Amino acid sequence: MKIEQVVFYIFSLLAILSASMVIFSKNSVKSALFLILTFFATAGIWMLLEAEFLALTLILVYVGAVMVLFLFVIMMLDVDIASLREGFTRYLPFGLGVAALLIIGLAYAVGGEKFGLNVITPLSIQPKVASNIVALGTVLFTRFLYPFELAGVLLLTAIVAAISLTFRSRSQRIAFIASKQIETRKEDRIKLVQFEIGKKNL
Amino acid sequence: MLSSKLSCVYPEIWLFCLSCLALMTDLYLKRWAKWTTYFVSQAALVGVMFFAFGLIGKKPSVLFYNAFIMDDIAALLKFMIAGIGFFVCMYSRKFVFESPHYRGEYFVLCLFSILGMLVLVSARSFLSLYLGIELFALPLYALITMLKDDSIGPEAAMKYFIMGALASGLMLYGISLVYGITGSFAMPEIATILFQNPALHANPALLFGVVFIVAGFAFKFGAVPFHMWLPDVYEGSSIAVTLFLGTLPKLAAFGFAIRLFSDTFLALAGYWQGLLMVMAVLSLLIGNVAAIAQTNLKRMLGYSTIAHMGFLFLGLLAAPQQGYVAALNYIIVYTLMALGVFGILTALSRSEYEIQNIHDLKGLGVRYPWIAFLLMMLLFSLAGIPPFAGFYAKLFVLDVLMKAGHMGLAIPAVLLTVVGVFYYLRVVRVMFFEVSDAQPVHAYRIISKPGVALLSLNSLAILMLGIFPTPLFNVCSGVFAWR
Repeated sequence: MKIEQVVFYIFSLLAILSASMVIFSKNSVKSALFLILTFFATAGIWMLLEAEFLALTLILVYVGAVMVLFLFVIMMLDVDIASLREGFTRYLPFGLGVAALLIIGLAYAVGGEKFGLNVITPLSIQPKVASNIVALGTVLFTRFLYPFELAGVLLLTAIVAAISLTFRSRSQRIAFIASKQIETRKEDRIKLVQFEIGKKNL
Repeated sequence: MLSSKLSCVYPEIWLFCLSCLALMTDLYLKRWAKWTTYFVSQAALVGVMFFAFGLIGKKPSVLFYNAFIMDDIAALLKFMIAGIGFFVCMYSRKFVFESPHYRGEYFVLCLFSILGMLVLVSARSFLSLYLGIELFALPLYALITMLKDDSIGPEAAMKYFIMGALASGLMLYGISLVYGITGSFAMPEIATILFQNPALHANPALLFGVVFIVAGFAFKFGAVPFHMWLPDVYEGSSIAVTLFLGTLPKLAAFGFAIRLFSDTFLALAGYWQGLLMVMAVLSLLIGNVAAIAQTNLKRMLGYSTIAHMGFLFLGLLAAPQQGYVAALNYIIVYTLMALGVFGILTALSRSEYEIQNIHDLKGLGVRYPWIAFLLMMLLFSLAGIPPFAGFYAKLFVLDVLMKAGHMGLAIPAVLLTVVGVFYYLRVVRVMFFEVSDAQPVHAYRIISKPGVALLSLNSLAILMLGIFPTPLFNVCSGVFAWR
């Protein structure tokens, strides 16, 4: 067995195991963490395919941004696992059917016929090209320079718009003013009323 | 020569750099922030006018691998957009400064939106076209809720945002279909492919793509049947933002239409002309008829905008060359009229006492006879009454329409314009012949002398263009001369 194969099997096994743990884990936070592990394993496989840009983007975007947001939301929501698991056996046949359909579809779309070893030339035989980060960067900063810059301006505009809508300056904010709180005396807040018995005061 | 080619992009570069400068001055110069932001913004727009004016009459040049074109149309539209933007900022300055919800980002977002329009009118590929349209629309969502504290502003902004997102989705889907058929984003390439392969013209996927793109266009600029958001947005945003919304996007819409219909899908003219016919007649019908029922002045002007978009479409579909000239002439005149009307309404408003309803103008003829007279001229012009520019603009459109043999479209257009005269004249009647019992809204505002001078200049320009319509028309036809 070659070293690439060993690495591939380790990462694939890790990906499959952690992906099934996403489903089977009882705690949703743990599920999210396992999903992150799945992403890492997939990124490793992509690295093996010499798609280093995709691998890095997967980690940066999905693990770094999307999953953090996801975890944040999970912690904010109070998810009741027991109610989610209700009817597990009842829906199992249906779920298995959908899964089987999905597998058949995948096998048809990306199976050995179209993506087998006899169709795709192995990486070692393919002509050596520049790394795909270089290729992507070259295209972005030459051919697509104008749209690329415009997209940057668009993002800047979105930031300015969002901040200007939500930002409150110090004077507009609702905040404690400690000195005022301390200076307040009993007489400012409490009004003492003398009740007379037998009369309607209120 | 790189430097001479790069000079074609100077308007955009200058505008972007000064918008960022305006953002910074607003952040750091606490005490003079309002005025410096305002002056930097105005300097940005004057600079764009200067650079764009220098580019009029030059040979068309294409930059950035077919993503950007600078031709006479783009240069003229950029000049007009910056010029109208200059007046918009000037008219809204006082109102905006006095608003308790003022933020420096107001002017910065206006500038970014104008930058998007500049990108839009000189787009040469669908990629830059789409980015331009997003850059122009995105700041508007924020602007609509700005300067306001009620619930109607965010509601309008949400409507515009969701509708805008839907329109973007439609348009992107259409672009992807066209890309799938032709294999290109670049407009000239698509045009040549379509001219060389007449067999493609009947391809349903391509036609679907064109329909989706046209629908997205109609959505973004408010033509029937995609107009529902427009009156709500006009009503919901504060008058200074309505001033911005009611003027500048129309010029950008014309640029978009030229890029789309003339530069890209000219070979499919038979198909999109049918679409435009239906939208034009429906816009004229619904715009003019629904405006009669409005008591809210801003909503009424919103519906009137829809009707005027119908006229723009009539011009576009008439005939390739002369039709575009008439449409460009129409849109420039319309923008000047809308600038004047909304400018006067902004000048009469304060953030607490905003002119909203038609009866808010009661007694204006007694209190401000001159301003009321100016507003009357503008409304007459919008209605298309002879000595004013609006009449000749409509006349040119109808002329090319009839020359192109669309008699069946010209007749309803004229009839519906006559219907439209009613609601414009009603405003004039309220101004001059109705006296209000309570203190009218405009009583809270004194218009400064320079403000009156500016508004007079604006309105008298409409009168001048009405008496001497040829210079503007010659400019418009000169722009299309090389095609």
